[in-house]
Amino acid sequence: MSGYIIRRVLNYVVLLFIACSFAYLLASSFLNPYSVYFGRQPPVDPDVIENIMRGCNLSHEVSLWERYTTWLTKIFTEWDWGCSPLRVSVNEQIGVRMWVSLRLVLIGTLGGVIVGVLVGAWTATRQYRVSDRVYTGLSLLVICTPSFVLGIVLQILAIKANDAMGVRFFEFVGEKGVVGDYPLAELVDRLQHLLLPTIVLVLLTAASLSRIQRNLMLDSLGADYVRTARAKGLPKSQAVMKHALRTALIPTGTYVAFTVATMFTGATYTERVFSFPGMGQYAVQTILAMDVNGIAATTAFAGVCVVCGAILSDIVVAILDPRVRLG
Amino acid sequence: MSLLSVRDLNVTFPSEAGDVLAVRGISFDLERGRTMALVGESGSGKSVTSLAIMGLHPDLVTISGSITLDGEELLGKSDAEMSKIRGNRIAMVFQDPLSALTPVYPVGNQIVETILIHNPGTTKRDAWNRAVELLTIVGIPDAAERARAFPFEFSGGMRQRVMIAMAMANQPDIIIADEPTTALDVTIQAQVLEVLQRAQAETGAAMILITHDLGVVAGYADEVTVMYAGRPVEQGTIGDVFYHPAMPYTIGLLGTVPRLDHKSGDPLPMLEGNPPDVVHLPPGCPFVPRCPMAAPQCEQVEPELTAVGEGHTAACVRLSDVVGRAHTEIFRPPPLERTSLAAVPRADRDTVLELAGLHKHFPLLKGALYRRQVGVVKAVDGIDLDVKVGETLGLVGESGSGKSTTLLEILELLKPQRGRIMVLGRDTAALTKAERRAMRKDVQVVFQDPMAAVDPRMPVFDIIAEPLQEFGWKKAEVEARVFELLGLVGLRPEHADRFPQHFSGGQRQRIGIARALALSPSVLVLDEPVSALDVSIQAGVINLLEALQHKLHLSYVIVAHDLAVIRHISDRVAVMYLGSIVEIGDVNTVYDTPVHPYTQALISAIPIPDPDVERARQRIVLEGDLPSPSDPPTGCKFSSRCPKLALLAPAQQVQCQAEAPALEQIGEGDHQAACHFAEVLKVF
Amino acid sequence: MDIMELDLLPIEDADQAPKRIGRARLTLRRFLRNKLAVFGLCGIVLLILIAIFGPMLTGWSFDDRDKLSPLKPPNSSHWLGTTQVGRDMLALTLRGMSRSLIIGFAAATLSTLLSSVVGTASAYFGGWVERVLLWITDLMLVIPTMLIIGVLMRGGVSGDLAWVLLALLLGLFGWMTTGRVVRSLTLSLKNREYVLAAKYMGLPAWRIILRHILPNISSLMIVDLTLGVGYAVLGETGLSFLGLGVQAPDVSLGTLISEGAVLVPTYNWVFLAPSVVLVFLVFCINSVGDGVRDALDPSSQSGGVVGGKPRRGKGREDVPAKGTGLPGGIGQAGGATTMSEDNTPQGGAQ
Repeated sequence: MSGYIIRRVLNYVVLLFIACSFAYLLASSFLNPYSVYFGRQPPVDPDVIENIMRGCNLSHEVSLWERYTTWLTKIFTEWDWGCSPLRVSVNEQIGVRMWVSLRLVLIGTLGGVIVGVLVGAWTATRQYRVSDRVYTGLSLLVICTPSFVLGIVLQILAIKANDAMGVRFFEFVGEKGVVGDYPLAELVDRLQHLLLPTIVLVLLTAASLSRIQRNLMLDSLGADYVRTARAKGLPKSQAVMKHALRTALIPTGTYVAFTVATMFTGATYTERVFSFPGMGQYAVQTILAMDVNGIAATTAFAGVCVVCGAILSDIVVAILDPRVRLG
Repeated sequence: MSLLSVRDLNVTFPSEAGDVLAVRGISFDLERGRTMALVGESGSGKSVTSLAIMGLHPDLVTISGSITLDGEELLGKSDAEMSKIRGNRIAMVFQDPLSALTPVYPVGNQIVETILIHNPGTTKRDAWNRAVELLTIVGIPDAAERARAFPFEFSGGMRQRVMIAMAMANQPDIIIADEPTTALDVTIQAQVLEVLQRAQAETGAAMILITHDLGVVAGYADEVTVMYAGRPVEQGTIGDVFYHPAMPYTIGLLGTVPRLDHKSGDPLPMLEGNPPDVVHLPPGCPFVPRCPMAAPQCEQVEPELTAVGEGHTAACVRLSDVVGRAHTEIFRPPPLERTSLAAVPRADRDTVLELAGLHKHFPLLKGALYRRQVGVVKAVDGIDLDVKVGETLGLVGESGSGKSTTLLEILELLKPQRGRIMVLGRDTAALTKAERRAMRKDVQVVFQDPMAAVDPRMPVFDIIAEPLQEFGWKKAEVEARVFELLGLVGLRPEHADRFPQHFSGGQRQRIGIARALALSPSVLVLDEPVSALDVSIQAGVINLLEALQHKLHLSYVIVAHDLAVIRHISDRVAVMYLGSIVEIGDVNTVYDTPVHPYTQALISAIPIPDPDVERARQRIVLEGDLPSPSDPPTGCKFSSRCPKLALLAPAQQVQCQAEAPALEQIGEGDHQAACHFAEVLKVF
Repeated sequence: MDIMELDLLPIEDADQAPKRIGRARLTLRRFLRNKLAVFGLCGIVLLILIAIFGPMLTGWSFDDRDKLSPLKPPNSSHWLGTTQVGRDMLALTLRGMSRSLIIGFAAATLSTLLSSVVGTASAYFGGWVERVLLWITDLMLVIPTMLIIGVLMRGGVSGDLAWVLLALLLGLFGWMTTGRVVRSLTLSLKNREYVLAAKYMGLPAWRIILRHILPNISSLMIVDLTLGVGYAVLGETGLSFLGLGVQAPDVSLGTLISEGAVLVPTYNWVFLAPSVVLVFLVFCINSVGDGVRDALDPSSQSGGVVGGKPRRGKGREDVPAKGTGLPGGIGQAGGATTMSEDNTPQGGAQ
């Protein structure tokens, strides 16, 4: 058992290492960090730029291989992931943004999971009724709406609502704003800023999860063991709740575990639309800012999330499914 | 008043093609403590009837008629009202115990649930104790402990015992058993049937036994209802139906089954054709297309059940012409042109296939999340056998005995892990790649499942032509050969353009046989060739295989779990247990005078479709399941289940458990067995 | 017999041949019964027709600049209004839509091809082929593909041909989840008796894959292709929205929405026109995809009310398995594009 786990973790470490190296080498050869300083007024002295680049281990006068080894050495010896062409530390950025994302994503995903599972299970038992069709149609519509469109639509509605109420209740820029001087003001401010992006995430997660849950439920509703449960005298509703839903939750559990972990960097568009300084937005910024080190670090972070998600979903399935736990 | 009374029950449900008239007017009465068998082929409406009694059909299904339990009408009751009856007064045992138990709850909890629904006053502790007691009654060892185990931790037979325990839980008046042993091995089937009888005795329940196995019916039922195309065609006591069948279908069904207890050597009488499509039923008797007795008046009106004798009814217009005739008079066996080889003694024939010390060991993997090797499965553990030209060797044994692995090893034509495979005198280990490919022409295969054996996306012509094209036949030759093969297996030229889905199981099996014969092989390997077919279809395929053998001088190696089929078709038989051959020899010698306790138990476990014979038999029921092939007992592998072991002296027992017996000659003829204390036992 | 098997009965004996429905017609009938899917199909056809013939009717080309009327709301000259620099919104939206559609179809075709090659090869050959391919799949699941595509787009081709590169990249990075499903299907087909029979007949492996395995998973591939177009369109518009996809002066729905986003709420039309078209387009594609899947899947519920309860057991092999974890691999549960939300490409195993 332990041998297996060690092998698997080792495999993940190798995968992560290759993924990061790949991202680093790719970004280094395709992106030109110098261009950040082009066209500045007043123009920046090329020697100054070169100095900055050398300081950031981004200089094109140093060979790619040398930059790569320097980059690796710094990570392994000092846990220093480097800095952007504008000399902002990658460690600092990720250190802060991680928690911003966590706040947003955790609430959004968990809320979406609860809503999604309930709606999915409920609509499955009401298959072909009007309510089932309405919810199925709505979830399909949400799934087909890109999150950035959904976010902007919510913004438009929020502005209308704010105008109508005459109070700036809905906040849609950033994660914090002007804080009032009443008790808990800071908390209220944060919550106001969280509200809209969280709604977007809840809607998206709930929409896709409810479809998955509905299909799983429909599958298990037709299962032999549900028929057995009814044959021993359980009324239909109880047979469904105790036998069909419990079994249908197993795949959902793995899906959710995986989603939660990967959502860390998964809210790119929502963060972008609401100018929320999280990991997803950072990923886009690194590319736009020719931030080679940032890109590599984001890759590593995202990779770790995927690996955690995979491990987490294994754990969840083991908890939910005795066949896996004891088999 | 009867306990259960069904009157003119009709069940219809919608489908893409039109309304499916699944059950059309069945009536019967069931008395306390009695067992009624519902017999019929796939699609005859047996299960639909039972689900209608349980009230488990979905709302889309239209049910009419009347079902009364102690005079109380069940049809039209709400789900809540039926829930009080289901599991309490009527309980059901389903066919597939693997999928019928909820995978995520321990079996004890599932039984407790059954008890608590109908006895809300019972404490959980009492219910649990009762569950353990029930599990003990059905023969689960260490029931108190095993009640906490999950369904996947039980074998198929053990799961079916759990299902039976669940059905017994509330002392029901009726137990409906829907093909309760179909998915199980014969030895396990014997155990489960015994448990089912015990359950019936314990609860005093009446039983509806749904099965296609006439042997099971012969052994356990009091009354029989034979169904055909959704309609009862014959009803009566077990004696009436088995010894004085009046409806040609019943006569055919009984007559076409090969017998375990004697070998005729002649082709089987055949009940040709297939059951009709219950969506588009023509007027008249639905059996007309298959009935050798059909007359013009049969096509006019569908006959009602009419009395043949006291409590014995049959639905046939020509009853007076049918009653009293022997089945061979009605269903004539086809003539068989015997091969000239028959005259050549075995020793003088060429050997086409020889296995010497063949081994095949697999790593045993475990774990759903991460797989790890926990042992070695000795699937085939040193077997020797040879097959002569024109001869059929049958391989029998429980699942897990290594029969199918042996076949696959032959088909691979590779160098085995240990031992030697010789095909037509050539060692497969020494073949080059090109030679191996050329040798594939000589060894071909026919598989079990006719649904899966042919590619559903290809028309029949392409399926049969594929091996020919692969070996570079010219287009014109391919065409001629395909039509020749179609004729050989009894299909018509116009079938060439159709897709497999348009054929019945038996016809698909013929397509598979035609494909196997395309390259004129010398050895045909058959893996359960008829087990997926309805009994009435089996006879045709068996006769075809026999005729082909005589015509083409083929050698067969055939695996089947149905020992009666093996007896009918084979010249020699090898009995396998945990990867080894325990008894081998001439098929009649082995069946009539088995000396190995395993062979004796295996043959004794097969029910014979003859009530008097079946009920008079001494049955040897083996204890427990087949041990894991990764951890066989020491000494004789069969010692852990051997019924004879207990009867031996202590010193002899030690010998069995310490020393593995080798195959030894028994008597004069072609008969060998691997038992330290081999002794003939009559099992019929 | 079993109630669930009964509706299969009509295909029985070839000799009787009553009114029997062929597989193709049955599928078509099941598809047509799904009103949403038919609606989606009509929608797609309509959109494609508009994309082809629309520009002839508008009178404005997408790169025309009506300098006299910047940011005008919809009017008789500009039916959908104009942008900041006076470009006609209708012409732009049509152009963007056809761009998004072409990229979507190209990327989906490529990724479906890749997934079927990788999936069947890894499962059928096993051994080191399987190990290498699975390892590559795992690696690509660990790499945040949107990030890599972004980097390549940012540093790669710019200008008019950027969309070709984008389509290529979306295809190259979009096959992993389906590849795994194809692999597990192939694993179950590999031991099907007709595949074994072909093997023992002497057929070489590649011919078995082509003749016996691919045709039997074709329905999955059709479904995957259809839904893949939807994913690819979302992926393309997402990247373009972020400025990492289609490059100016070329336009796609994503660039238009991005442009419109900054003008919200005052100049709604710049945002609304492309957004509505995008949502409608993806909605149509997905409903067709769902409709095709349900029509092809014999155990599907949505094929219609007729037939009652779903059948279980066999026949499910055409449906992508909803992921419980396979041993030792990464992320069956969802796709693993870590930079996308769960409705963008490769996200969410639906």
